[in-house]
Amino acid sequence: MSEQGVDRSKRQFLTTALTVVGAVGTGYIAVPFLSQMQPSTKAKAAGAPVEIDISKLETGQLIRAAWRGKPVWILNRPPAVLEILANNTAKLSDPSSQESEQPEYAKNEFRSIKPEIFIAVGLCTHLGCSPTFRPEIAPNDLGGDWKGGFFCPCHGSGFDLAGRVVSGVPAPTNLVVPPHRYITETRIIIGETNTEESA
Amino acid sequence: MKSKYLTGCGTWVVNRFPLTKLWNEHMAQYYAPKNFNFWYFFGSLALLVLVNQFITGILLTMNYKPDAGLAFDSVEYIMREVPWGWLVRYMHSTGASAFFIVIYLHMFRGLIYGSYKQPRELVWIFGMLLFVALMAEAFMGYLLPWGQMSYWGAQVIISLFSAIPIIGDDLSLWVRGDYVISDATLNRFFAFHVIAIPLILIMLVFLHIVALHEVGSNNPDGIDIKDSKDPWGHPIDGIPFHPYYTVKDIVGVAVFLFFFATVIFYMPEMGGYFLEDANFIPADPLATPEHISPVWYFTPFYAILRAIPDKFAGVIAMGGAIFVLFLLPWLDRSPVKSIRYRGGIYKKAILMFVISFVGLGYLGMQAPTANATIMARVFTAMYFGFFLLMPIYTRWEKTKPVPKRLTEQPSIEDRIPGWKDTANAMIKEVPVEKEGKTVLQKRPDPAGIAKVLTRTAKNIKASLD
Repeated sequence: MSEQGVDRSKRQFLTTALTVVGAVGTGYIAVPFLSQMQPSTKAKAAGAPVEIDISKLETGQLIRAAWRGKPVWILNRPPAVLEILANNTAKLSDPSSQESEQPEYAKNEFRSIKPEIFIAVGLCTHLGCSPTFRPEIAPNDLGGDWKGGFFCPCHGSGFDLAGRVVSGVPAPTNLVVPPHRYITETRIIIGETNTEESA
Repeated sequence: MKSKYLTGCGTWVVNRFPLTKLWNEHMAQYYAPKNFNFWYFFGSLALLVLVNQFITGILLTMNYKPDAGLAFDSVEYIMREVPWGWLVRYMHSTGASAFFIVIYLHMFRGLIYGSYKQPRELVWIFGMLLFVALMAEAFMGYLLPWGQMSYWGAQVIISLFSAIPIIGDDLSLWVRGDYVISDATLNRFFAFHVIAIPLILIMLVFLHIVALHEVGSNNPDGIDIKDSKDPWGHPIDGIPFHPYYTVKDIVGVAVFLFFFATVIFYMPEMGGYFLEDANFIPADPLATPEHISPVWYFTPFYAILRAIPDKFAGVIAMGGAIFVLFLLPWLDRSPVKSIRYRGGIYKKAILMFVISFVGLGYLGMQAPTANATIMARVFTAMYFGFFLLMPIYTRWEKTKPVPKRLTEQPSIEDRIPGWKDTANAMIKEVPVEKEGKTVLQKRPDPAGIAKVLTRTAKNIKASLD
């Protein structure tokens, strides 16, 4: 084939134009392909609040509930535990919960609305295992410094009974306290915030 | 008459498809070094296990249900009610562990004989990509039985993505397709496990072999057989892959199947290492099992993750432990490929690396106690030290002269007389009173045994220099 009369710049332009159009088209089709892996409308709607009756919750007892498919703990802390929580803040990485996730009304010393009732999402902030409830003081396997708390069996992170993370463990922040409110003295709703309290 | 008809058919195909050319290039006229040893079985064994996983996997999908409500029961249904379902399932689950045993030995072969070095860098890179794809395949497959370990293992691994700053949380949400591991996650992992990753695996195996056949196979001497050719242009020290190595590999396959079948029929759970105990309990999103650990083949990397007391740094270290392997061809500055001609430093470094890898693998299965964490940190430092200090110590090492042609290693038959002498050196004949007569009887000789042990220790020390 003869090379005479070939307009090379026109060829180059056509090649470039086609590449650009093709790249834009690929970009457009990538959006639905990637987005269809996002949570579906049904999954998003499933985060409805749950109502829990705590009238039978005894002192020192922990009950578990499911909210958005996650375990939520409701723990009734005796006064002795509250005293330990107030005094043992030296070995915590975030004792005043500055870096951690909780509603404004739970950003206090005991990380709760009522000091004795502690509510938290029972998933470790490291890699999402559910820590075990270890309220005993200085058990053999956890060492003499243990003042009662939650211990993650996966990677060894420890939290005290206010869900505050012990320093020197993989978990970066305190356990998450979900939004919650009291309907009556003994009934709580998890997943909703009382408008008066949040204001 | 009939053969003429067959020849006609053959010619018809050959005129339209390069069948003979492909066969010759990759089998009958692919010249492989004649001195392949034990370590060279694992490439073809990996291919065998891949085929096993494909066939048993296809059969399993015929009865498995990728649905959070049905998955666990459908696996039990396969085990109890599908004819031969237990065999197919155990072949698949044992095959997964066998795959990693074979691949780890295959990679170790590359490490000791320098198979990753120039000009085989791309063979190594494709192989590493295969390894990563294989880990993804195994991880996603482990979620499918929807047991406790499936669920919480996936929870931990997907949460790794959330450690990435800024985009992490959205990324892990996108991978899960829900706020927690759920039916949506199970369903998409099924899609990845049975379609997407197997296609990637096949493509990478193809690239791995094409790249290998372009540059030719390495060998235990680490020298290029193409440097000395006969008058016909074939490597003098090379032999055609078919029939020599195809037949040799059949022996390897037979031995492998002996072990494989033993596990399938007598210890399919391998004491909780191949199928973990907690996975016989259906997934419960509200309670993590008391002791969770990944399957044995992930534990070295898992131990590295746990050793670092910081979430993001731990994830980086774990990813880095795999990524650093990709850089191996450029970290190693030694002019010599095979461990046979390398200096003592490299041999000792490899020994340290093996100890740290096995140690991390063991610690990854244990509970994270204070002592175990300290040990894991030491081993993590050794693991990274092996790779990151490599540019320094491989330059220092005193290598031995490399021969021009492949060397003859003594065969097992050649070594038998030596073993006989060693055995004799450990025995002495002592006079013993027996039925009124004095006879000479063979008794172990402590002095002889001590001598043999000293000699063995000296030999081991010499072989490390």
